[in-house]
Amino acid sequence: MMSVPPSWFMALGALLFAIGAAGVLIRRNVIVMLMAIELMLNAVNLTFIALSRSLGSIDGQVIVLFVITVAAAEAATGLAIIIAAFRNRETVNADELNLMRW
Amino acid sequence: MLTWVPIGVTIGFAALVVAIMVTINRLVAPRHRSPVKDLPFECGNPPSGSAWGRFSVHFYLVAILFLVFDVEVILLIPWAAEIRRLAGFGLGEALIFIAVLVVGLVYAWQRGALDWD
Amino acid sequence: MTAFNLAAIDIAWLPICPLIIVGVSAMAVLLAGVRVRDDESQGLGVLTLALIALAFVFALGLLGQSGIAFAGAIAADNFAVFFELVILISAALVVLMSIDYLPAFGLSAAEYYALLLFSTFGMMLMATGGDLIVIFIGFEVMSISVYVLAGFLRRSLKSNEAALKYFVMGAFSTAFLLYGIALVYGATGTIKLGPIRAALSNPMAGNPLLLSGIGLMLVGFGFKVAAVPFHMWTPDAYEGAPTPVTAFMAVGVKLGAFAGFIRIFMVHLGPVSPDWSIVLWVIAAFTMTVGNLVALVQVNIKRMLAYSAIAHAGYILVGMTAAGSQAGGAILYYLLGYAFTNLGAFAAVIALERRGVESDLITNYRGLAVRHPGLAAAMALFLLSLTGVPPLAGFLGKFYIFSAALNAGLVWLVVIAVINSVISAYYYIAVIVAMYMREGEAVVGALGRRPAVITALAVAAIGTVLIGIYPEPYITGALHAFNSAFGAALPRTASILP
Repeated sequence: MMSVPPSWFMALGALLFAIGAAGVLIRRNVIVMLMAIELMLNAVNLTFIALSRSLGSIDGQVIVLFVITVAAAEAATGLAIIIAAFRNRETVNADELNLMRW
Repeated sequence: MLTWVPIGVTIGFAALVVAIMVTINRLVAPRHRSPVKDLPFECGNPPSGSAWGRFSVHFYLVAILFLVFDVEVILLIPWAAEIRRLAGFGLGEALIFIAVLVVGLVYAWQRGALDWD
Repeated sequence: MTAFNLAAIDIAWLPICPLIIVGVSAMAVLLAGVRVRDDESQGLGVLTLALIALAFVFALGLLGQSGIAFAGAIAADNFAVFFELVILISAALVVLMSIDYLPAFGLSAAEYYALLLFSTFGMMLMATGGDLIVIFIGFEVMSISVYVLAGFLRRSLKSNEAALKYFVMGAFSTAFLLYGIALVYGATGTIKLGPIRAALSNPMAGNPLLLSGIGLMLVGFGFKVAAVPFHMWTPDAYEGAPTPVTAFMAVGVKLGAFAGFIRIFMVHLGPVSPDWSIVLWVIAAFTMTVGNLVALVQVNIKRMLAYSAIAHAGYILVGMTAAGSQAGGAILYYLLGYAFTNLGAFAAVIALERRGVESDLITNYRGLAVRHPGLAAAMALFLLSLTGVPPLAGFLGKFYIFSAALNAGLVWLVVIAVINSVISAYYYIAVIVAMYMREGEAVVGALGRRPAVITALAVAAIGTVLIGIYPEPYITGALHAFNSAFGAALPRTASILP
């Protein structure tokens, strides 16, 4: 039985995390930024699973369950905040949310 | 290398099924092109309003509630996996957890988040 | 995979009693308050206050405990109890500020108090967490509740914007913290803080996995404590949020975040401190300098206090860079004084606020001493304490931290810190000058029936003065709390007490 070495999963996790971080920094639509943050969290989940497997410790898998639920709560809160802002401003573009500077 | 053969067969089979379905559709489906049908939104019907129209906020509310309650249940999986060894203690813990979720549900209910009017 | 052994888990309910009380209180307030009308919400505030007091009594009873519970997931030590007590005091003062504020601004009280209690729960969990995942859960419970609180003025565009910015930056930083936890887990093979420390005692400096993990965790905590260069969200979030929430963000969130930050970095990552202390040195220097310099040009008092909060995070980071048990005790004392002082300053801002009246500009404070002498005197007291004028709490806090840093040989960092303290005097005293030496028109009339916020002001003022002029029990208590929890694990350093 061939198996993929854990370092590949780690590399994939790092790559996905970088893509997510770049997404938050580059994209200006708040909903897309939220999706990019979810991508970052899922990249970390992948890393945890890979480490859990290679270390032979179950902690990593338990953490992933917690992270999934926390991410869901965060996404729900974020969407609610975005809806509240949208109803007052009619925009989800981060650059147009500029009432306050410095 | 032999372990990869079933995966290859699966992919090949999936591709074959898709190809057959697309071909049948090509052969059998009637085609009447019209300007209305080429529209990306509500294709086939005359458009009734903008695609950027607003939905009732209730859709978001229900979606958010579903998202939270649906995902939180994942925390019961470790308990389910070790249900015999955790025995009474585990059952108590699971009940406490569900009670916390029920508090959230009761709150949403009392606030009228579940009424559709 | 190691087999799970139920009998090996020491289930001890006592150390988490205050946590359970606060968590259950949050749910009870949420359910009890659903039917309460927005303009009759004072009763709910009093109920919240009573529940916080109950948790405070239970936390007091835990003083002197030591050890771990739940197989290391909960750290039952005096460090945790000290933070729990200060966090509960802060939460109580914020409730006092909110009791009159909520009906005046038409905010729904049930959700507000429940979220306040939930975030208090998160902060206390961060202080009590004995493994990285519990600290992470606490971090998130605290943060998510405060994101919502920041946007609580739903009709206010500024509040919407504050919540959105705080949320996006906060969630972004959470991902960094979590990735850091993952890499530290990969490098040490455990998420429990005690075993992590044990694993690090073996020579493994330079392990790239560990170093990246520490760096990412530093970014995550840096965002939450508003350290430069991760502070961009702070002024906007502080300005837009309802003012009691701003006070809670400036004190409560900072307490919770520093509790986790100190426990992880100063104590359990202590064996590899040469790897991160130089980074912390630079961050501390930049945080103090940028915070104070940008505060100089602010015209809005909430924004000015936001930059002041950034600068104060910098002073605390000086203490963390110094490491050692004396610096730890100094930081605890500093945070205690900072909590009273900063909450007092925000209470004074709240006392002047009215719905639909712009009163947050520093020019609005002109001539305040004539119109409201008591309020102006209290505000002046808090600003002097923030500057670090003896004999107030702020002075001794800085004194102890700087002494510890000098003992650790961080001469240049202390020089930067002292220069910054001098710079900060300029913008704090500018407000006092506006209140006492300029004439201005009243933007708001009589203070009127706001007994709760006046009580908060009085308590904060008494705290600021008492901790300053009679520091003995507090500094001894802070040093004892830190030493009894971690003293054995840290190198002995010269005493900061004269």
